[in-house]
Amino acid sequence: MSVDTEQLFDRQTVTQLSQSQQEPEWMLEFRLKALEAASRLRLPKLEKTNITRWNFTSFPAYQPEEAVKSAKDLPEHLQSLLSGEADDNLIVQKNSSPVVQQIDPALKEKGVIFTDLATAVREHPELVKKYFMTKALQPDEHKLAALHAALWSGGAFLYVPRNVEVEAPFQTLFWASGEKAGLLPHLLVMAEDNSSLNVVANYIADENTHAVFNGALEVFVGANARVRVAALHTLNDTTVDVSYRRAEVDKDGHMEWIIGELNEGRTVSDNTTHLRGQGGIALVKSITVGAGEQRGNITSRVHHWGTHTESDIMARGVMKDKAQNILNGITKIEKGASKANGVQAEKVLMLSREARGDANPILLIDENDVKAGHAASVGKIDPIQMYYLMSRGLSRAEAERLIIFGFVGPVLDTIPIESLRERLYGEIERKLKP
Amino acid sequence: MSTPKLTIKDLHVAIEEKEILKGVDLEINGGEIHAIMGPNGTGKSTLASALMGHPKYEVTKGSVILDGEDVLEMEVDERARAGLFLAMQYPSEIPGVTNSDFLRSAVNAKRGEGNEISIMKFIKQLDKKMAKLGMDESFAERYLNEGFSGGEKKRNEILQMMMLEPRIAILDEIDSGLDIDALKVVAESVNSMKSPEMGVLIITHYQRLLNYIQPDFVHVIMNGRIVKSGGPELAEKLEAEGYDWVKEELGIEDETVESKA
Ligand SMILES: Nc1ncnc2c1ncn2[C@@H]1O[C@H](COP(=O)(O)OP(=O)(O)OP(=O)(O)O)[C@@H](O)[C@H]1O
Ligand SMILES: [Mg+2]
Repeated sequence: MSVDTEQLFDRQTVTQLSQSQQEPEWMLEFRLKALEAASRLRLPKLEKTNITRWNFTSFPAYQPEEAVKSAKDLPEHLQSLLSGEADDNLIVQKNSSPVVQQIDPALKEKGVIFTDLATAVREHPELVKKYFMTKALQPDEHKLAALHAALWSGGAFLYVPRNVEVEAPFQTLFWASGEKAGLLPHLLVMAEDNSSLNVVANYIADENTHAVFNGALEVFVGANARVRVAALHTLNDTTVDVSYRRAEVDKDGHMEWIIGELNEGRTVSDNTTHLRGQGGIALVKSITVGAGEQRGNITSRVHHWGTHTESDIMARGVMKDKAQNILNGITKIEKGASKANGVQAEKVLMLSREARGDANPILLIDENDVKAGHAASVGKIDPIQMYYLMSRGLSRAEAERLIIFGFVGPVLDTIPIESLRERLYGEIERKLKP
Repeated sequence: MSTPKLTIKDLHVAIEEKEILKGVDLEINGGEIHAIMGPNGTGKSTLASALMGHPKYEVTKGSVILDGEDVLEMEVDERARAGLFLAMQYPSEIPGVTNSDFLRSAVNAKRGEGNEISIMKFIKQLDKKMAKLGMDESFAERYLNEGFSGGEKKRNEILQMMMLEPRIAILDEIDSGLDIDALKVVAESVNSMKSPEMGVLIITHYQRLLNYIQPDFVHVIMNGRIVKSGGPELAEKLEAEGYDWVKEELGIEDETVESKA
């Protein structure tokens, strides 16, 4: 099926969107060029998942919302996703608009920038122009990337200068509301040399909202910098969610991803890290929980370019009902990346006969002097483990619960905000209830 | 509470259509310690597993009654909550579930909803019992049996028994894989629990364990049946002379369950 993008989104819509964000000329040009590319490019080809009939294009291109006075005025179910401290660094985006923005003034003084991306385009054009969809994610990769480039709104820009270490997470919340919604937030994160930071990105939709998410995340990890990004998607069954995430890691940089795919609808998730400099490290932890008719294609990919680089991909999937998820792990060691070490493990636990889960581990190695390993498994709950737990008095449901949380727990427990972790435990519990 | 009573009558058990137990009769009362001995492959673990309700073992005939209740009608977890406990010959490993979370769930399952143990009290009990078993504190936070050595798994089984205080405890080769010191520690722990409130069935190959835990009754199993019963002196004789004399006395040629009885 070919969707005529031009028909759905014309130049005028894109121009209006750009003007409403008071963007400079170069950004409008960038958008229009991407719009043109979107009509020409194809959808990405995903391993074992046919997405040609998914809705990526039917949504309101621009839906401005009123700012909220403070985070305290957000609905309760959103607040439970946040750490709830008064000095939180927080950006909340409702549909197309940032509605809450706050940053600890002490950080501002140190030169930290944390603002919605539209503001950053105006106030820090030199940084944005250089890094926004030029080095990590490109608008012409495929139709979805091009659509994102043409229609992104809100988003967030985070810049942490050299030698600045920030313990408290930078939190972003992307919230779809109303009958129909389109969210195309772009998160651009720059960690300068020797800095360290944590980011949490939440993606959520109201119960009856039919939403299309097409989000992107680009992270630049400077030399010896440490970045941890947790992206947590808990979207409803009438939502299509596309996430393209990229990280570029410099010498001795450290990138950790925690990806929670708990959507009930359709999910395309592609997470790619390039270890460019010598000694860079990438850790990718991903949890996918599917129930009902949920469908997903989840890719975790690391490219080793520098010598002595290391990566570890840990992907877990739990599937019940008729959920279908494909978990792809790709470790690519490029020629010249000697002494690199890349390992990965994809494990899928199936809770029902009709569920489908695939684990595809792929190692691509173009260099001799390296270490690499992979493991993959797809299986049911082991009846002997169930017997063991039940023989100590645990009910069937409780034993099953322990085994499932034991399966995802080691990944879940690395989430840096306690309230968020608890909320996710609750979310998974709710999804897996018989 | 009354003293426990487990009555096994004419128990036949098959695994994958093959009959392994061919009519076992046994009665265990609170305060009693029974030992079952017998060559490899004669059905000892089968008896233990069938009593606990292992999914692969099918009871084809006979009855098992605990305190007047039909055990064979119960799910595995109901059997446990009724007071049955099996320290397994090969305990499962459960990744991602800490020993202490698991134990607390188990203790609470037994106590029932609304009567959960306080975390403080639980930790105190656990610490005390682990110390008694010479287990390092770190075992509380390690994943259940994952990467435990053979001996550590056995100690962990006994730890569970001590936390759950069963009415009938079955210990399947609890001595295998234990060094001498650990054997003493485990035996002491079992002895310390000895009371009219608990009956014990010990499956072992070695007299050594029975030197530390004095049995009241010793049974020999062959061909899927208890073929001989006696007092502690029977275990000593088996240790000294092996099983040949029993086979001769009873005219058994092949003691494994393979033989057509
Ligand atoms: N899955 C199975 N399929 C076929 N036969 C089985 C299976 N499991 C057990 N058996 C057989 O049942 C018989 C009894 O086994 P059981 O484990 O009860 O022996 P045991 O007396 O406990 O031996 P040991 O002293 O070696 O522990 C053995 O011959 C064994 O091979
Ligand atoms: Mg055995």
